[in-house]
Amino acid sequence: MKDSKYLSAKTRVSRVSLGRILIYSALIMAAIYFLIPFFIMVITSIKTMNDIRTGHLIAWPREVTLEAWIKAWSTAAIGATGKGMRTYFWNSVQMVIPSVVISTIIGAINGYVFSKWRFKGSETFFSFLLLGCFIPFQVIILPMSQTLGLLGMAQSIQGLILVHIIYGIPFTTLFFRNFYVTIPDELIKAAKIDGAGFFRILWKIILPLSIPTFVVAIIWQTTQIWNDFLFGVCFSGGESQPVTVALNNLVNTSTGVKEYNVDMAAAIIAGLPTLLVYIVSGKYFLKGLTAGALKG
Amino acid sequence: MKKSDVIMNSSSKEKQKGFLNYIEDTLPKIVVSPTFVVMIVFIYGFILWTAWISLTDSGIMPKYDLVGFVQYITLFTKEPRWWVAIQNLFIFGSLFVALCIILGLILAILLDQRIRAEGFLRTIYLYPMALSFIVTGAVWRWILNPDLGLERLVQQMGFTNFTFRWLVDPNMAIYTIVIAAVWQSTGFVLALFLAGLRGIDDSIIKAAQVDGASLPRIYWKIIIPSLRPVFLSSVIILSHIAIKSFDLVMVLTRGGPGYATDVPATFMYSFAFNRGRLAFGAASAMVMFMAVMAIIIPYLYSELRSTRNER
Repeated sequence: MKDSKYLSAKTRVSRVSLGRILIYSALIMAAIYFLIPFFIMVITSIKTMNDIRTGHLIAWPREVTLEAWIKAWSTAAIGATGKGMRTYFWNSVQMVIPSVVISTIIGAINGYVFSKWRFKGSETFFSFLLLGCFIPFQVIILPMSQTLGLLGMAQSIQGLILVHIIYGIPFTTLFFRNFYVTIPDELIKAAKIDGAGFFRILWKIILPLSIPTFVVAIIWQTTQIWNDFLFGVCFSGGESQPVTVALNNLVNTSTGVKEYNVDMAAAIIAGLPTLLVYIVSGKYFLKGLTAGALKG
Repeated sequence: MKKSDVIMNSSSKEKQKGFLNYIEDTLPKIVVSPTFVVMIVFIYGFILWTAWISLTDSGIMPKYDLVGFVQYITLFTKEPRWWVAIQNLFIFGSLFVALCIILGLILAILLDQRIRAEGFLRTIYLYPMALSFIVTGAVWRWILNPDLGLERLVQQMGFTNFTFRWLVDPNMAIYTIVIAAVWQSTGFVLALFLAGLRGIDDSIIKAAQVDGASLPRIYWKIIIPSLRPVFLSSVIILSHIAIKSFDLVMVLTRGGPGYATDVPATFMYSFAFNRGRLAFGAASAMVMFMAVMAIIIPYLYSELRSTRNER
């Protein structure tokens, strides 16, 4: 009796640990699967073209060189110019900062109204705005390019900023509204009784509580706008293109000798900002992703 | 009570109150009115504008004389490329959705087994989500390169007859897009499932264990069925991503070879921007729009209703 109990406990332990080994090896294999493309991207970017032509795809470079990086950043031929990713990288920076700031502020105020100052029809208004998160943007591109032309903003960074603000508002409003709904209404009522008005309550009560939501909204918007390609390719041209469009042009050029190391260096340059945002603030990144499980 | 209130007689006090109430009532409306205008013009107005263009015979420049449903009829009856795009969307969409869900669910279940370094592993699984489809496409384009990529790597490993040229094979190129898209988006589904698993009441599982049910059985019979809402959200969100997918196709194959990997989004772009057939492009955009709405509206409706009930 004692023995059998001892035995069964022991077999269970070994079975469990075998199971654990299987689980861990599956998880590690999955991690390798996710990491390999990034690894290949990095090692390719520090190889020479000769090494790439003759060596292994996943082998460490025979000779580490930053030539491809320098070329990708400052001289690679993208489109008609040979200015490298630099110009386009700064275009994206100039595009992202104002569009993120403005769309986030508007979203915060909208969210405040839609959760704490509802009026007749505000829920319907919000539902229709929410639908704006999901429309395929193909359906607004043609009128938008006409309108940007009329406004004299065709093929300019200003035009792109405007577009990103407009189509970012539904998302930022959703984030803030969903968060403000969780703030107890009693808090607002008490402040109203104390004589605080619309802006005072926003400034003194709501905003101090919403720092995490600001972080989520800012990260979400930064990632979305930095990574956008559709608006970039439709509404920008030549010197005003964002980094994603430039990268696409670079990897898709068919003229001249294909330099895969330069392509990969440029891809890392284009991906690094959002990757850093993710690594530094993964928790908030994830929140944005799932907080709108209602997202697009 | 404030001094001014004391001095005021009751009737003007009432008036003051009425005015303040009026301000209080209208201020929120004033504050959201710019958004209202933006929404009406730039979302719904523009959709109607596109609908209008789709009913004309606009070429390079928009014209506004209606000609009826000619473009739609051409699209569905005389344009084989459109059917290729639809077919590709179904192939890509169903594989993309299914693979992301299967991989995401398996990884979420494995990660939910009290794993050490769970946070670290999760960070790795999710990082592709931070990369754009353009960067993702650039990397996979290189890995799947028919001359120097995976094919040669396997050949170098000794399998000299190995060929892997999907990227330039009209019949297989669409699957390269699936490979890259699944790599990028699995983490998202994993995150949704992990959140779902964490929300399941432990006592149900314990009770089943007491009854002698094995762990795989518990997962199959109890846990996975209780994740139904997560499955639904994942399917909806992934299908939505699939219908809109544009970037990845553009960077990986440009819709080629020929138009073998065209999807509705690249079809629309190509006709509206490269071939100067605005009305035709607009018609294809409207079809995409209606397809997305057919998926999203019922979903949003049920979501909004259920959150309202919770409150």
